[in-house]
Order: sequence, then structure tokens, then C-alpha cells
Amino acid sequence: MFIPHTDADRAAMLRAVGIEKLDDLFKDVPARYRFPTLNLPTALSEMEVSRELQDISLANESVHDLVCFLGAGVYNHYIPAAIDAIIRRGEFLTAYTPYQPELSQGTLQAIFEYQSNVAALTGMEVCNASHYDGATAVAEAVNMAYANFRRKRTKIILSPAVHPQYRQTVRTYAEGSPVVLVGDDPQIDLKADPDSLIPLIDIDTALVVVQYPDFYGRIYDYTKLAEATHAMGALLAISVNPIALGLLKAPGYMNADIVTGEGQPLGIPLSYGGPYLGLFATRKEYVRKMAGRLTGETVDNRGQRAYVLTLTAREQHIRREKATSNICTNQGLMALASTVYLSLLGKNGLRQVAELCFHKAHYAAQAITNLPGYSIWSPAPFFNEFVIQTPTPVSEINDLLLDHDILGGYDLSQDYPDLSRHMLIAVTEMNTREEIDRLVEVLSEVSNG
Amino acid sequence: MNIPSTLKYTESNEWINLEGKTGTIGISDYAQDQLSDIVFAEVIVNEGDILKKGDSIATIESVKAAADVYTPVSGKVIRVNEELGGAPEVINSDPYGAAWIIKVELSNPGETDSLLDATAYDKFVQEQK
Repeated sequence: MFIPHTDADRAAMLRAVGIEKLDDLFKDVPARYRFPTLNLPTALSEMEVSRELQDISLANESVHDLVCFLGAGVYNHYIPAAIDAIIRRGEFLTAYTPYQPELSQGTLQAIFEYQSNVAALTGMEVCNASHYDGATAVAEAVNMAYANFRRKRTKIILSPAVHPQYRQTVRTYAEGSPVVLVGDDPQIDLKADPDSLIPLIDIDTALVVVQYPDFYGRIYDYTKLAEATHAMGALLAISVNPIALGLLKAPGYMNADIVTGEGQPLGIPLSYGGPYLGLFATRKEYVRKMAGRLTGETVDNRGQRAYVLTLTAREQHIRREKATSNICTNQGLMALASTVYLSLLGKNGLRQVAELCFHKAHYAAQAITNLPGYSIWSPAPFFNEFVIQTPTPVSEINDLLLDHDILGGYDLSQDYPDLSRHMLIAVTEMNTREEIDRLVEVLSEVSNG
Repeated sequence: MNIPSTLKYTESNEWINLEGKTGTIGISDYAQDQLSDIVFAEVIVNEGDILKKGDSIATIESVKAAADVYTPVSGKVIRVNEELGGAPEVINSDPYGAAWIIKVELSNPGETDSLLDATAYDKFVQEQK
């Protein structure tokens, strides 16, 4: 509990700094700026404010009002009601960091189970307590690889098929450091498969980053890329969609050194910018280079199983200048949501969700490519998302779809000028066959002119 | 506390064994005792690196703390103890022997004049307690 200072405490502090009253601290601020008169409308009562905000919020159209085929990194999956019921419990719904294990066994156990889930899902040995989101997790992978080679290897290869926002985040993190980011310059053939990155890998390369499925929804086995990366002594990071791992080979089995991902599909609602969940897993040999916190299992002085934050000696608040990252917080509540989600679904449930996404997406892709004027962009296998070449600009099609209460796919021309008239369509278990048929029907209006 | 009289010491608890222009560097018995059980050690310099006195050469983690090790002298790294990472516990059991960290070819032997001898280091350690 937070205990504010008493009047006596304040008086003692004022005496210590040699002033009489608190206001003396602000005397450098001209008096007229201390409490300026603000040009605000008259105050409203709570009831009036509540009504006004309600009216404003009604103007929003969410995935509850629209049929959603928009993905591009975050996905509209079903969220079981039990998740909210559990994460809203007072014991969990706290911003407090579980540094004191004697007070925080529940939170620590939840983080431990989260780590175990993500490690199992990704096929990796160690997982941290999470980062902010999929984008920052990739940026942390870059930081870690750079630190791993003691800042002697400065080249990072980013596949152009890594989420554009992730690549932007990595560039922001790398600004002002000697790290050089290559591989995604606009001249590159976007259709090329990941093995086309191999000639770029050299002994100055710290990390190669790819996405699985990639931003265009395509599925590749990165085993050969991992081999080529390791031949040059570099590390391979794979950014994943965790739902896809219910069906696909885990990246650990492709010999990835780091696996990151956006955990939002695991029971976290869509919202503008988050809070989301950054997954981060790696091999045991890199555990001391990994940013973020880690929960471990131990026994207490009575021999009972207990959970504690572990390897904290490498944490940022202790060795600030030597830390791999300056961020040591984690998305505790979102990590818990994903843990509850995975526990509710279980192995078979997750596979079922993944299969539904896969089959529905393939049904949609088939129906859309049957329309004149539409074709699928890449012949590569895909999971729940695919790129369609459209007969007219995507923004126009999306306007029309919105008139029919359908949220259309992602307009790729925003990020890839070469991909004008290319739409990235996502399908999840939430989309019924009727909804997909309706999408195809509206699209057919465009193809017919 | 074991403080061999043949070595020189620093106030950050490194030792150096001088043989002509070559110096072997490690951490003292007092340092390992203060750190308690050491679980991780990583030498962060490579053979051929040119060091300035005070540069960080290794990171050591025990169950209760993490510490950096600094070179007491300037010079070129001529050998790195490759065994240390795989067996960090030797820092506890044999701090002046198997737990050497690097060997350096001194570029400025005059720097050793300011290091502590065993008597001075012993006094320094007593003052810390």
C-alpha cells in the first residue's frame, strides 16, 4: 500500500532543502503561468460526461458490428469468456512487479506457465516473461544478437516479408547505433523465397530475421536458411503467428536461435495499438543475453515448490550499462490472458482453431480466384492469410465492402509501392461460410465492372 | 583469506601475475568469497584486442550478484582462458590458478607501480570488513 508523507515528513524535507513552503520550489516559474486560466467549456456532471462519451463511442465500428477480413499482424479470433473472468481478479489485475516471491506466487506461477507454453509452442528452450508486442520483440532480438557478438557484428538482415511495422520499429531501435539493416530495400523481388537472402549473409552478420507465416501469409521451411546463417556464425530469428504453430512445424525444429511473435491471437482483443503481447524465446545458451525478466521454479525452505524471478543478476535495473536492453517490464496481464487461452483450448483445441483458419482461408482464396479479374499473387502455401491481385485499387474495393458492413483486407500499396491493387485477406475461425460467400459476392460486383 | 605475496592487486579485487612483459589476470580469493557461488563467467575480450587499463575484460555472475572484471594494466590480449565459461565454479575453488582469465602483453609496464602488493591489499581487504 502506498503511504503518503505526513505533514511532519514534509516539514522535515522543506527544512532540509532550506525553504519554508512547497510553493517556494516553483518560484522560478512566473506566477501567471502557474495557474493559467484555461479556455474550457463549462464543467459537466458525471452523468452528462458519461452520456457524451457513450455517444462518441457509438460512432465506432468494431469487429462486433462488421464482418472482418482484416489481419496483417493482428487477428479476430474468438476469446473465451473465462479469460476476462480470470484476468480481472484483483490478485492478477495489478501493475505491481512480482519482485517479492513471498507475496506473488500466483502471478509468478502464471508467468512460469506462460513461459512453458510459449517454449513448447515454439520448440525453444527458454522463454522470457514477454515484451510489449510482436514489433518490439523483433527489435529486442536485434539488440540481443548485436550484444551476443559483443557489438562486433553490425549487419542485420531483414526479410522484406517481415511485417513493415516491425521493420520500422527495428529501425527506430537501431537509430544512432552502428547496426546496419539490409535485405528489405525496395528493389528486392518481393516474390523471392527466403533462400534469396542467403547471399547477403556474411561474417559481419549478427542476425537474419524472417517471419512465419510471412507478412503475405506464405509458409516456408527455414531449415536451409538456418543452416546458411549458422555457417557464417550468425543467428536466425523467426517471428511467428502463434495460432499457426498449432498446425505447422515449430521454428525450434528449423534450428531458429530466437523466436519472437505477436501473442495477440491468443485470447487478446483487437485494439488500436494494444496492449498486445510480445513473445520471445531462445536457446538456453543465450539465456543471459535475453532481455526482459524470467520466472523460474525452485523449492522454498520447507521443500515446497515455489516460483521466483530468476537470473535477475543480468537484469537491466541491476547492470544498466551492460544490459542488452533498457526494457525490463513485461505484459503480465496479456501474458496471463494467453496462458488462460492456451489452457482452455489445449493442444487439440489450438490445432482445431488453426485448422479452421487454414481451411476457411483456402475456401475463400479458391472462391475469390474463381472471379474474373482476381488472382492469387503467390503460389507458395499459406496459412490463414493470402494476397489477392485486384482489378481496381484496394481502397475503392474496401469502401464498397464497408458499405456492405465488411471490413476488407489490408491494402499492401501502403507499404509496398510495387503492390498496388494487392489485398492481403485474413480469414479466421470467426468467419462463417456465409460471410465468406458474401465477401466473394461483393468482390464479384467489382470484377463485373 | 589467501593473498599470495608474489602477485599484485587492485582495489577492484583483480590480481595480476607479472612475468617479464606478460601479465596473467584473475580475481582474488576475497572477491570470489564476497561473490559466493559463481554460476557464470564470460570473457568479453578476444586474443589480439588492445586494452586500456580499466577496460572491462569479463563478466562474472554468482547466485547473488553480477560483477565486471577490469584489466589492471594496458596491453594486448595474448591468451584467453577458454575453459572458464564451461567451469565458472573454478573461480571459487582455485582463484589464483585454474581461474586465470586472460594473459596480457603489457604496453606500459610503468602502470604496475601503482598496483597494490600483498601487504597493501591485505590491509585494503581488512578495511572492507
